[in-house]
Amino acid sequence: MSSTAKKKGFGATIWDYLTTVDHKKIAILYLIAGTFFFVVGGIEAMLIRIQLAKPDNDFVSAGLFNEIITMHGTTMIFLAAMPLLFAFMNAAVPLQIGARDVAFPFLNSLGFWLFLFGGIFLNLSWFLGGAPDAGWTSYASLSLASPGHGIDFYALGLQISGAGTLIAGINFLVTIINMRAPGMTYMRMPLFTWTTFVASALILFAFPPLTVGLFFMIFDRMFDANFFDHINGGNTVIWEHLFWIFGHPEVYILVLPAFGLFSEIFATFARKRLFGYSSMVFATILIGFLGFMVWAHHMFTVGLGPTANAIFAVATMAIAVPTGMKVFNWLLTIWGGNIKVTTPMLYALGFIPSFVAGGVTGVMQASAPLDYQLHDSYFIVAHFHYVIVGGIVLALFASAHYYWPLMFNQMLNETLGKITFVFFFIGFHCTFFVQHFLGLMGMPRRVFTFMGGQGWDQFNLISTVGAFLMAIGVILLVVNVIITAIKNEPAGRDPWKDGRTLEWAIPQPVPYYNFKQTPLVRGLDTFWIEKMEGNKEGMTYAEPISDIHMPNNSFIPFMISLGLFVAAFGALYHQDTDKTWSIPVLIIGLAITFASMITRSLKDDLGYHIHKEELMNEKGGKH
Amino acid sequence: MMKGLKKWRLFGLLAALTIFLSGCGEEYLSTLTPAGQVGKDQYNLLLLSTAIMTFVIIVVVIIYVLAIVKFRRKKVGENTIPKQVEGSHTLEIIWTAIPIVLLLILAVPTVSLTYKFADTKAMEAKDADGNAKAVTVNVTAKLYWWEFEYPEQGIVTSQELVVPTGQKVYFNLKAADVKHSFWIPAIGGKMDTNVDNINKFYLTFDKESDGLKDGVFYGKCAELCGPSHALMDFKVKTLSQDNFNNWVDNMQATKGKKADKNSTDLGEQVFANSCISCHAVSGEGTGGGVAPNLAAFGDRNRVAGFLEHSEDGIKNWIKNSQELKPGNIMPEEKALNNGKEFTDEELDALAAYLMGLSVEK
Amino acid sequence: MDLNKKFTPQSWPAHPENSTLEGKNKTLGFWIFLGGETVLFATLFATFLALKNKGPAGMEFSTQSLFELPLAFIMTMLLLTSSLTSVYAMYHMKNYNFKAMQAWLIVTVLLGLGFLGLEIYEFYHYVHLGFTFTQSAFGSSFYTLVGTHGLHVIIGLAWFILLMLRNSKRGLNLYNAPKYYLASLYWHFIDVVWVFIFTVVYLMGVLG
Repeated sequence: MSSTAKKKGFGATIWDYLTTVDHKKIAILYLIAGTFFFVVGGIEAMLIRIQLAKPDNDFVSAGLFNEIITMHGTTMIFLAAMPLLFAFMNAAVPLQIGARDVAFPFLNSLGFWLFLFGGIFLNLSWFLGGAPDAGWTSYASLSLASPGHGIDFYALGLQISGAGTLIAGINFLVTIINMRAPGMTYMRMPLFTWTTFVASALILFAFPPLTVGLFFMIFDRMFDANFFDHINGGNTVIWEHLFWIFGHPEVYILVLPAFGLFSEIFATFARKRLFGYSSMVFATILIGFLGFMVWAHHMFTVGLGPTANAIFAVATMAIAVPTGMKVFNWLLTIWGGNIKVTTPMLYALGFIPSFVAGGVTGVMQASAPLDYQLHDSYFIVAHFHYVIVGGIVLALFASAHYYWPLMFNQMLNETLGKITFVFFFIGFHCTFFVQHFLGLMGMPRRVFTFMGGQGWDQFNLISTVGAFLMAIGVILLVVNVIITAIKNEPAGRDPWKDGRTLEWAIPQPVPYYNFKQTPLVRGLDTFWIEKMEGNKEGMTYAEPISDIHMPNNSFIPFMISLGLFVAAFGALYHQDTDKTWSIPVLIIGLAITFASMITRSLKDDLGYHIHKEELMNEKGGKH
Repeated sequence: MMKGLKKWRLFGLLAALTIFLSGCGEEYLSTLTPAGQVGKDQYNLLLLSTAIMTFVIIVVVIIYVLAIVKFRRKKVGENTIPKQVEGSHTLEIIWTAIPIVLLLILAVPTVSLTYKFADTKAMEAKDADGNAKAVTVNVTAKLYWWEFEYPEQGIVTSQELVVPTGQKVYFNLKAADVKHSFWIPAIGGKMDTNVDNINKFYLTFDKESDGLKDGVFYGKCAELCGPSHALMDFKVKTLSQDNFNNWVDNMQATKGKKADKNSTDLGEQVFANSCISCHAVSGEGTGGGVAPNLAAFGDRNRVAGFLEHSEDGIKNWIKNSQELKPGNIMPEEKALNNGKEFTDEELDALAAYLMGLSVEK
Repeated sequence: MDLNKKFTPQSWPAHPENSTLEGKNKTLGFWIFLGGETVLFATLFATFLALKNKGPAGMEFSTQSLFELPLAFIMTMLLLTSSLTSVYAMYHMKNYNFKAMQAWLIVTVLLGLGFLGLEIYEFYHYVHLGFTFTQSAFGSSFYTLVGTHGLHVIIGLAWFILLMLRNSKRGLNLYNAPKYYLASLYWHFIDVVWVFIFTVVYLMGVLG
């Protein structure tokens, strides 16, 4: 939707997006793909709630229900929440640190296409013999026993999209370390940049165990290995460990950027510096660190023994301390501020009580003996939805409104935004609050139906009603996006008027090279400092206008990902004796990937330069 | 003003719900009405942690509401620039220290109960005659039913666990196929049944189940185990020590019981021809059966763990077992009866025979 | 960046891998990537330790009965030496001596191929004995750990060979210098992982 794109024809625009290495366009790709998968996961959620609206319901069958819950969880975590966060990271982080792009624009594109092809592969299972049905955790004994190819789609699809995530994580780490503008010291970085940094480090260390676990699963199911086959010496608990060594940090990979986004929103709309910035940074790092020490609290009932359980229980409780610090710092940020309740701020304000509720139930479950009762009951379902919806999804919705003008130079409708919030927020509490009690009343999770007369009927119905309210909220958001796109009114620079950080200082629409001159950062909230000093341009510059080096677009990332996508089909059908084409397909796919990689390696790609003279003539090219 | 009202309405609704819920849950199923020491300890931990957490929520909500009320732009003024405060060391220390204290309060009972619940040493204790002092049950979870073996007593039953009240009952837990989890919410927390190893834990049952609505506590499988995970229920009958001893004697007395092909009872004949290869009718023996032991079938509360316990329930199950409980290994009706469906007469007789398999009547 | 710019050993920067922003990013990115690789191998090691000597009841294979230290020792020596020769290559890269660098890299590749050949022989030998990937959990975890390392060796060798062929005519410049540097960094990493494999799998397997 940038001005350059409008001049092009439709085909040229598509080609532009297929080959782009521009972080702003990749952000839009992530946003579109993530939203698509969010809607798919949402439809699956609605099917679950319709099935459980009344006892002994037969809206969906038992096997299909298990496929739906598995795909709901997997889709929402891997294909909706993470890409949507990557959308905002890509859109905002390079601008926040005053960079012209990420460190590896090519890899940025590769990360996206790997994620997308992995996600498509996983979802194709619906049409090719059935989706995975062992839960998003895919515990080994059940997933090995699962017939059909569902679990194979799960393992291969996540492997491909996981590689994309790992690449994106490394990219953000290098970007934030190497690409900061002069004066942007670590302790001047906006909190969203900080949380992106820590979350990327978590990705780096958390995804390899998942990769290994998925390979074991692939080998066991498709190539007759024995990692999880206890008759041949394997052990299913290894999968549980590997999954949760990944799975628990994954929670923080998702929630830390959400914290960062809310920190930006609170400071902006309270018109006040983030309270206790340095302790917020410290808390972020501490949460990231402790996030690796607590995975076994997902396994209290596995029988690891009292010592392991006690240690992991206490370590888990410790995480509540830095998290609590954050909550109080947010409260003190708005305390004494000048609060404007815009739509993003409304979400941020809704986030505090919701997330605190989710956090305290987390501490309750950290208490191992109590968790023996709560584990795998509806209580845990309520807990993690309070954290994920109350924390992450609210952050995503808030940021959609907050960063829409940055990404598209348009403002989403504020009134409609607030109505959306009311539906979604009330629906959310209505859906999940009662589930705490369902769990306490003995209802296990992942049940496709329940018999009447166990005291659960009423609350399940309330929960379903809430889910419909949430669905209305999501539909309203989509309507808002469509209306805004049709209206197409430019929002201009600093549309919220209270922007504090560099991304708001840049002219709109954002030039494809970002900063004409690299800015000089003079403190935390650098744009705010310049504004307060009456600097109309909003930036002090670190350099005169000079040539800008830009990377070339490339179609190779698409081809590398496509090759793996093709190869995955070969691996998947390798076990079916009637499908003799499987090995050739595997080889062809890998050949496409390796040929693309070798092309990339052998062909010099030096990028191009935008010359000084061109820059001077650009619109808004003041000097 | 409207907004404020809405918030209060929501709050009021939630408060009303909470009160309404406090007495809620079914006595035979809810963790909120514990009927055993383990469950009671866990319930007390729930109350303690809820109290601490409610305190935290109240503090947060007070600051939050005050901040929103006092510092709205309408009140503060459109063009006011607030003081850009950096932070406060004192406050940081306060909100680090107080949570640590609160967590320590919770951590102490957490650690001590963790060790207490894992203490199964008494399982091994023997009296002077070399008999185990405590009752031990070997639980094997299978797709989708439960086998309960009493190794000391030499008996085995399924789907309905029978235990004495007023003492620790020890469990060896194992899964035969995929992972399950053994949970009796009203008695105490769950423990997984792994395929790789045996897990041990104990529960105590304080209350005789006789007075409950169905005369039993409800047990659940708490780990996703396949399509019929939701239907993998079991029941728990708790008896006084004397009644339990009687029950054990009666079970042992079924030793050698068989269904006779030449019986005058048509039901027994059908059973002997179609069912006996998988289902035993003697409660004496060890575990490891491919299908539930039916020695005490007539005393049970449900057919197949979840269907109404009646002759109609049995007939429905035999005719539609795959449809009712997808993924279970009970063969289709025709496979049981040499490729033919049972006649109504045969089914009636079989159902009557099964209902008569009892050790309590 | 100008590929045609001619350097002399005097004008060649002291740290050619870090003298451009691209080079700096690549070097840092690659170190971070190796951090992730370390976790990957740590996970494989942990799994191997958990599943070592585990198999179907009465399995005849164990680390003691299978592994032969002399062979593993020769492999170790080959790989360690190749790491040393790649250090020489990088020494010449920093001194802008392209021919010497290529020559030492050829030695490195030959040593790496020698290692690979012995590993293939070793696997072939075990498979011949009946100790296969699918035979037991021990087999699965052994072949996955050592095989993943072997795969890294193959990738490292292919990387060296491609670089040498691609640049044989045009010599060193600031565009390809970081690539050489990273390939040799990767080679060192592979070497370090092998030292752990030798210790944990072979030494602790036979003696422990």
